[in-house]
Amino acid sequence: MSELSWINRWPLAALALGLSVGQALADKVSTFALDNGLQVVVIEDHRAPVVVHMVWYKIGAADESPGHSGIAHFLEHLMFQGTKTVPPEQFSKIVAAQGGSDNAFTSTDYTAYFQRVASDRLDLVMTLESDRMHNLNLTQSDVDTERNVILDERAQRTDSDPGSLLSEQMAAAQYMNHPYGIPVIGWRHEIEGLSRQDALDFYHANYAPNNAILIVAGDVTPQDVLALAKKHYGPIPPSDKIHDRIRPSEPPQLAERRLVLADERVAQPYVVRNYLAAERNSGDQKDAAALTMLAQLLGGNRATSVLPRALEFDQKIATYTEASYDGVSLDQTTFTLAAVPADGVTLDQVEKAMDAVLDQFLKTGVDAEEFARIKAQVKAEQIYSSDNTQGLAHRYGMALASGLTVQDVQAWPDLLQAVTAEEVMAAAKTVLDRRQAVTGWLQTEGAAQ
Amino acid sequence: MMVRALALMGALICLALPLRAAVAIQEVTSPGGIKAWLVENHDIPFTALNIRFKGGTSLDASGKRGAVNLMTALIEEGAGDLDSQAFAAARDGMAAEFGFSSDSDGVSVSARFLTDTSAQATDLLHLALTQPRFDAKAIERVRGQVLQNIASSAKDPGTIASDLLSQAAFGDHPYGSSGDGTADSVQVLTRDDLLAAYHGALARDRIYVAAAGDISATDLGLMLDKLLGDLPATGAPQPADVALTAKGDVTQQSFPGPQSTISFYQSGIQFEDPDYFAATILNEILGGNGFSSRLMNEVREKRGLSYGIDTSLAAYEHAELLAGSVATSNEKAAETMQVIRDVWADVAKNGVTQKEVDDTKTYLTGAYPLRFDGNKRIASILVGMQMLGLPVTYPTERNAKVDAVTLEDVNRVAAALLTPDKLTFVVVGDAVGVVSGN
Repeated sequence: MSELSWINRWPLAALALGLSVGQALADKVSTFALDNGLQVVVIEDHRAPVVVHMVWYKIGAADESPGHSGIAHFLEHLMFQGTKTVPPEQFSKIVAAQGGSDNAFTSTDYTAYFQRVASDRLDLVMTLESDRMHNLNLTQSDVDTERNVILDERAQRTDSDPGSLLSEQMAAAQYMNHPYGIPVIGWRHEIEGLSRQDALDFYHANYAPNNAILIVAGDVTPQDVLALAKKHYGPIPPSDKIHDRIRPSEPPQLAERRLVLADERVAQPYVVRNYLAAERNSGDQKDAAALTMLAQLLGGNRATSVLPRALEFDQKIATYTEASYDGVSLDQTTFTLAAVPADGVTLDQVEKAMDAVLDQFLKTGVDAEEFARIKAQVKAEQIYSSDNTQGLAHRYGMALASGLTVQDVQAWPDLLQAVTAEEVMAAAKTVLDRRQAVTGWLQTEGAAQ
Repeated sequence: MMVRALALMGALICLALPLRAAVAIQEVTSPGGIKAWLVENHDIPFTALNIRFKGGTSLDASGKRGAVNLMTALIEEGAGDLDSQAFAAARDGMAAEFGFSSDSDGVSVSARFLTDTSAQATDLLHLALTQPRFDAKAIERVRGQVLQNIASSAKDPGTIASDLLSQAAFGDHPYGSSGDGTADSVQVLTRDDLLAAYHGALARDRIYVAAAGDISATDLGLMLDKLLGDLPATGAPQPADVALTAKGDVTQQSFPGPQSTISFYQSGIQFEDPDYFAATILNEILGGNGFSSRLMNEVREKRGLSYGIDTSLAAYEHAELLAGSVATSNEKAAETMQVIRDVWADVAKNGVTQKEVDDTKTYLTGAYPLRFDGNKRIASILVGMQMLGLPVTYPTERNAKVDAVTLEDVNRVAAALLTPDKLTFVVVGDAVGVVSGN
C-alpha cells in the first residue's frame, strides 16, 4: 500500500523503489538451508564490526482468518512478551544492554524481526531469536496491555491521518476478493476482539523454521553463520502445519471505482489512483521490470519525468506528482499515480489533466534520452546500494518472503537494464486501465470540487 | 508496513571494542586552505560527500523569514547555462545524487558520485553552489510547493506542537519560529531577497566538510578547491545565543481527532559542559533509550497509554533543551502528563539506580562503534563532529568519557538539571482537563 509522501519536498530516494540489488554483490551473498527447512542467507560486508540479524516469517496480514484482522501484527508485538526463560519485555533490553538495537514489522506478506549488534554478539541475538521461535509465553495481562498499545498505534498512524484512512478505504475497494483489501494493522472493531488464544493459535500454526528465512548481514563469514545457525535454530523441529499460501484471487475487474474522503483535518487535497498490476514472480519478472521502468519514466525524476514535466513545469496545474510501483509482493499489487493540485485548481481539473498526459504518453512513447538516464541510474544504484548492508538484507528478506529466490533478486538489475521502450509501452497499455483502478480524492470537508 | 516502535533515536550510544580502521579519520587541508575530514575506503567505487554551512535558517534577515529555506530549495533548480530540467538531466545522466537542505543551524549539501564520473559531478555541483540561477519560473514553482507545505504543517499535529514549543521556548529568536516562514512572509520574498540569503549563507568562513569512500586525501583536496574555492570568504553574521524560557505551564491548541500530541521541555545542557555525558546517561534512563527507559516503562508497558514516548537532549548552536513527545488518546492525556511529571519529580528527588547507569553505559559504549557503517553515514557523522568542535581522535576517546561517569555524577546532575516545576507542556488536540490553574 503506497503512501503519498508529497510533504517531502526533496524525495532524494527517487530510486528507492527496490530498483536493484547489485549483481556485483553476488559474490558476497551465500545461501543454504538447514535440515529443518530454515533458509539462510548471508551477506558479507567487513567494513565495520557490525551485524544485522533478521528472521522473516512467511506469514502476514493477508494470511489471517476472516474476523481476525490484525492478528499477525498483534502477535508481532506479543513476541516481545517473553518466553519460558526470558521475562516479558526483556528481549529488547538485553539487546540494548549490549549496545544493540532491535525492532520488528508486519506487512501483508511477512512478519520480520531484526537486531543490529556488534558482530561478536551474533551468538547472543541468535539465542534470543531462536528461543522465541518456539517458546513464546503469554500472560493474559500482558496481552490486554499490548492490545491497548496497538489500538493507540492504530489511532496514531491511521485514525489521526486522513491520508492513511483514504489509503485504507482504497485498498478495500481495490481488492474485491483478495485479503490485501484488509489493513495490516486490522479493523479497530476486530483488534478489540483479538484474544490471547487467537495469538497463540496463529503463532503455533505459522512460526516454525520451515516457514522462516534467516538473514545475517555484515562482518561475518558464511561458515561462522552456518555453525551458529545449526547450534541455535537446528534443534527446532519443523512444523507439519505449514501450507502453501494460496489466497482468494481477484475476479475480473470490470468497473472503475471512485472514492471521496472529506475530512476537516485535510490541509492539502490530492488525487491518487491505484491500478491493479502484476507483481514479480519467481523466474517471471519481466512484466514487473517493465512496470518498474514505467514508474520511473512517469514520475521517478522530479524535474524531467513525464508527469512533473507536463503538470508541474509546463501546465503548472500540480505542485507534486507521483508514479510508484513496487513489484515485491506475493500476489497482485498496484501501480500508483498521484497529483497535488496547485492553488486554485480543483481535483477534477488536475485529474483530467493527468489523464490527458497519460493519453499523450501512450501516443508519443518513451523519451529515449530520459530512458538512457534511468538506465544509468539503475546501474549506479547497484553500487550505491552496497553501501547500506542493512538495506540489502531488508531487500533480500522482502523478496524471499514474497515468493522470490536469491537468483531472482540477483537477476533483477539485468532485467531492468534489458527492458526495451516497446516493453514499457506494452506494460503501460496493459496497466493504465481505469476499469481495474480505484481513484481516490482526499479533500477538505465542505470544499466544492 | 507496521514498524513496532518509533525508531530508536540515533542517539549517542558501546562495548569497549576498539574502533577499527573503518573510522580512521584523516584531516585534510586542501592546497587552497579548505579543511575536511576523510575516511578513505576503496571497497565500493563511489564517494559520499557532506558539506555544512553553519547558520542556516537562523540567518534570515528581519522580515524575510523563509528566505534561506526557499533559497536552499532552489539551488538545484538550475545553474549556469542549465535550467531546472537541464540540470536534473545532467546530474542523472552521470547518476550523481545531490541533496540540499536547511535547518535552524545550517545549510547542508550531501552528494554521492561514482568514481568514474567524479570530475564531472564536481563540476556540476560547483555550478550549483556558485552560479544558481534563481529563475523567476523556478522561484514561483518552488514557492508554491513551500506554501503548500506551510499549509499542511498548519494541520499536522506534530508540527503544530513542535512550532508551539519553539515559540514558547525561544520567543523572538529565530529558533522561536519555523524556518519555513509563514504564508505571508514567503509570499513576498523577492529574487533579490533570495540572492541576499544565498550570499549570506554560503561562504567559506562557515564551512564544514567530510568525505567517505573511494577518494584519496590528495584528490579530495583538489576537489574541494574546485568545488568551494571561489565561494565568498565571508557571509552574514551568526545569530546570538538565546536564553530558554520554560515557565512550567501548559498550552493547549484544539485539534480534531481521537488523539492528542503532547510535547514537553525544560532547559538542557551544553555539549561543552563537563557534565554533558552524565546528562546523556540521565536522558537515556529517563526517556532516551526506547524500551528500557523509565517513561517507556510507565507510559507504555505498565499502562498502555501510548504507542511510544521519548526524550532527547537537544544541543543547538545557540541554545539547549531537554524535550520529549508522546501521542495518546484524548481521554488519557491528563493521566499521561501526570505520569511524566511524576517520573520527572521522582528521578530529580531519588535519582536512578547503579544498574540503570551500568546498563546505559554498556548500551551507549556498545552502540557507538555501530554507527560508523557505510560511507554516507560516516560522512554525515563526521560533519556533525566538526560542528561540535571535536578532535579527530574523539571516536577513540568518547567511550572512556562515558565510562568515567559515576552513579553519583548522574544523580547530582538529575537533581540540578531536572526541574519538574519548570517542565512545560504543549498539547495539540481535544484532550480534556490538561490545562489547569487558568
